Amino acid sequence: MTSIDLRSAKRLVEAIRLEELSAVEVVEASLRRIEEVNKDINAFITVNAQQALAAAEKLDEKLKRGEIVGPLCGLPIAVKDVISTAGLETTCGSKILKGYIPPYDATVVARLKEAGAIIVGKTNTDEFAMGSTTEFSAFGPTRNPVDRSRVAGGSSGGSGAAVAAGMVPLALGSDTGGSVRCPAAFCGVVGLKPTYGSVSRYGLISYANSLEQIGPIAANVDDCALLYRCISGWDPMDSTSYRTQLKEEACVKDGAKIAVPREFFSGGVEDVVAKRVWLGVEALRERGYVAEEVSLRSLEYALPAYYIIAMAEASSNLARFDGIRYGLFLKSGYRDWNTYFSKCRAEGFGPEVKRRVMLGAYILSAGYYGAYYLKAQKIRSLLKTEFQQIFSRYDLIVGPTMPTTPFKIGEKVEDPLLMYLIDINTVPPNLTGHPAISVPVHREGELPVGLQLIAPYFCEERLFQAAKMVEECLRG
Amino acid sequence: MPKRTKLGVSAVKHLAWLTRIELTDKEAKEVSKQLSRILAYFSKIDEVDTSGVEPLYHPLEMWNVARSDESEPFLADDILKIVPSKKGRYVKAPRIA
Repeated sequence: MTSIDLRSAKRLVEAIRLEELSAVEVVEASLRRIEEVNKDINAFITVNAQQALAAAEKLDEKLKRGEIVGPLCGLPIAVKDVISTAGLETTCGSKILKGYIPPYDATVVARLKEAGAIIVGKTNTDEFAMGSTTEFSAFGPTRNPVDRSRVAGGSSGGSGAAVAAGMVPLALGSDTGGSVRCPAAFCGVVGLKPTYGSVSRYGLISYANSLEQIGPIAANVDDCALLYRCISGWDPMDSTSYRTQLKEEACVKDGAKIAVPREFFSGGVEDVVAKRVWLGVEALRERGYVAEEVSLRSLEYALPAYYIIAMAEASSNLARFDGIRYGLFLKSGYRDWNTYFSKCRAEGFGPEVKRRVMLGAYILSAGYYGAYYLKAQKIRSLLKTEFQQIFSRYDLIVGPTMPTTPFKIGEKVEDPLLMYLIDINTVPPNLTGHPAISVPVHREGELPVGLQLIAPYFCEERLFQAAKMVEECLRG
Repeated sequence: MPKRTKLGVSAVKHLAWLTRIELTDKEAKEVSKQLSRILAYFSKIDEVDTSGVEPLYHPLEMWNVARSDESEPFLADDILKIVPSKKGRYVKAPRIA
């Protein structure tokens, strides 16, 4: 076979199972494509060629012996570099973890391997997942495969771009305030932020524990669902993972009701984004859904509340990076603990991480805790109540994933606040824990636009069902 | 205590010390401007009446999870392998003054 299309996981698995293609051929095709385009796109921080080929050979032998293989059999997959992979460097896009080789696999990585997936590399990310464009990576920005002068979104920009450029059919990202959905929207692929607690965070290097989930990215809804089903489920190693998951009753029949909060379209939403998202809503109407405008009053307060909580949690989580136990080590021999610690963190962390850690410490300080942190958690409570009220009357919430199409690299990177503002529509489900998916709705050849669907807790199947309808109608 | 929306250079330097991130004077000045702008934006939350609202620290209901008190294999040797500076099975660290 001369060229292998890496954009359908489902078809590839079938071909491997029927022995039309070998796992080695598929992994080789993926590695070739990475070799071809990654230099320019910069989606991968580490490529795992040798180990990937060895794993593919093993899998092919298993297939020949007729042994049972998993649902991701032979599929090359990219893993965001904030997720621990045993024996494979994991940097979080930061200099402070350069050279860090985790001694264990994250639960999701172990599940991928069990399912037969082959990890071809670790993808680029904003440092410690703090950013919305992947420009805050210590390893340089990821470029958008659709238009290489533009950002790929972030923080899982490497994973989004790797799928969009056809380097891999599947990728894992992590989503703390939109970090899976934003690159999915900007690169024109599908990305899911699962219900809080439905995917294990064991081995995900923490940025903001109460907000983040690992999520799948794929070129289409079916593949995204396939990957989600393989990584979700209770894990004894993560005390915040859920035992009971209500996946079965999740789908809805004809006449399902969709809420369209008008606040999702206010402010800085580009016309072309609003137009394409409304076409997506129309597509759902044609399929029998009833869509009505509603109000989501706390939306404008969700963003500052989100950043306050995320920074507070980040400041506490990132205290562990001391340059003593793993990763960056300064040889220059500072003999005093505090001096060494401060110099190491000054050298190891980039500007955005420093800002968030310092501001997080300020927010948590005795005098200001009530005014910022506590107040933000109360707004979070109000937002959850508002979501619950909407979900008592509607089956889904819909709106634009990102207010804009992907912008030029460098356009917002100097202004941290401007960068935060683009997360306005993606942060609410992180604060409340609801699942949310981004599905492309742009016209072929134009800049990507993502439509975001949000569902009640553990109703991921409902998201896949509706997202697939949008996909069929607009991308058919 | 009333909220501040301005973080001066000395306040930033204090935060840098608390979080053990060394900043040059030039960096502190720049960070002071950036953080002040972000804080000013954060004061937007003051507009919301939250009287009588309970804070939500976690999106879903959480409960304590305990496992039985049995020892499990631990990767001590693998973890020690990645320590950059050590003496025997001890991690070497700078002196605490």
